[in-house]
Amino acid sequence: MAIIVQRPKLKWWENLYLPGLISGMRVTLGHFFAILLRKKKVTMQYPEEKWDAHLPDHYRGAPALVTDDQGRERCVACQLCEFICPPRAITIKPEEIPAEDKWAKVEKRPRAFEIDMIRCIYCGLCEEVCPEQAIFLRKDYAITGTSRAEMVHDKKRLYEIGGVRTGLVNKWNELK
Amino acid sequence: MDWHLLIAAAVKIVVFVFLMTLPLVAMSVWAERRVSAAIQDRVGPNRVGPFGLLQAVADGIKFLLKEDFTPAHVRKTYYWLAPALTMVPSLLTCAVLPFGSQLFGEKMVIADLDVGPLFVFAIASLTVYGIVLAGWASNSKYPFLGGVRSTSQMISYEISLGLSIIPLVMIYGDLNLGRIVFDQAQNGWALLPLWGEGLSLKGFILAIPIFISFIVFTTSMFAETNRLPFDLPECETELVAGYHTEYSSMKFALFFLGEYAAMIIGSGLAVTLFFGGWSLPFGWLTPASPDAEVPFLHGCIHILAFFAKVIGFILFFIVVRWTLPRFRYDQLMRLGWVFFFEIALANVVLTALLLWWLG
Repeated sequence: MAIIVQRPKLKWWENLYLPGLISGMRVTLGHFFAILLRKKKVTMQYPEEKWDAHLPDHYRGAPALVTDDQGRERCVACQLCEFICPPRAITIKPEEIPAEDKWAKVEKRPRAFEIDMIRCIYCGLCEEVCPEQAIFLRKDYAITGTSRAEMVHDKKRLYEIGGVRTGLVNKWNELK
Repeated sequence: MDWHLLIAAAVKIVVFVFLMTLPLVAMSVWAERRVSAAIQDRVGPNRVGPFGLLQAVADGIKFLLKEDFTPAHVRKTYYWLAPALTMVPSLLTCAVLPFGSQLFGEKMVIADLDVGPLFVFAIASLTVYGIVLAGWASNSKYPFLGGVRSTSQMISYEISLGLSIIPLVMIYGDLNLGRIVFDQAQNGWALLPLWGEGLSLKGFILAIPIFISFIVFTTSMFAETNRLPFDLPECETELVAGYHTEYSSMKFALFFLGEYAAMIIGSGLAVTLFFGGWSLPFGWLTPASPDAEVPFLHGCIHILAFFAKVIGFILFFIVVRWTLPRFRYDQLMRLGWVFFFEIALANVVLTALLLWWLG
């Protein structure tokens, strides 16, 4: 249905255009001086200023592997994360833990663990699916590199980002 | 051959045009971006140099290093000619603007012509050829429309621009910009007659037609320099980029510089005619006569005063640009032909009557 909008009937001084100019300038100059005198701040100067302190606890940044409080790797190379990863960013090469090792009962550990950060979509499914709580999404978000190879995080880099995480881990439980 | 005159003129050209006006162009581009950013609650270019002041240098280097691409479908000769035709007249008009009183006994104006404003209008109206040629030579739709619009717009506003300063010329009885400025220095600026002979009933009454002609002049200047709210030749929303759609690299930069140079010269002319050019308010540091010796320090202060006023006017240009929406094409034509032309004409008659009445 057509709606007919009546044009406003302008007064003669409104037709003069100059009062409109002045009231318009009041708005723009108000913004101008508010920004100039730093009464108002909108922009965050990104590389110098960061929002990091205000990131929420549930922030999903780069996925990373964690070690436990004794520096042991939690990952048991079950490859669940590799299978669930929607963009197939994770590649795990498992190896067997030799029989003479104290933790031979754990059976598997990752020989290589790579996450391609070009493919990663930060969905957090790897963290959800991990039975050993070995992979977590950390708060790192500025993942950059100058080549494709640099954007693939290997095991060393993943542990660097991940750091230590304490708490219950099934595989170190002697009773299980 | 008077070598002294030639050398003095050459030095003045180099200093005034290349060391003052062109850097001012660069700075006004920077100011435009910073001011518009502040108006829109943004930051603007602030990375290159202190406060981003060297942004213009970076832009210039970028323009120089980009590929100078000429599309295959353009008319080459005119296509190459157009940017120069836009830039050159803008800079030529610098010649008659008095940007200071005297330094070393030399008048601080490149050419002390007795037809100053006429020269400015004659040369400044040549810029339209650059735009028309650009629009036509580009041989494509939007540039063509931009060029056509520009022609009609500039022709419409040329008339009111010329007519608007006639009251001033009648009041001062002079076409030499240097003498007009000196008169204002002694007897109050045209718009602020607050000292000297201007501080009288006659001065205040004559300020009325001068104010009218100031409004007509400034608005026509906006239209003449293709600034918003009259930037119809290149309005992005309708015509992509208007007449310079097909241009890139340094050729585009020349259009850009030409626009800003025209804006600076326009501001300079407005300052010279209405705000007393290089003179300080209340007749401070005014020489006794147009040819009297001016001390070196006073000469420098006069140059600084001129540029301070011009910069203030440029800031006004910029704020207006980011305040007002663009006029529709028919509104623009109506404003030019139906209102400003008549107002300017009536203003001439009004001034004549007032001058006759006041003796």
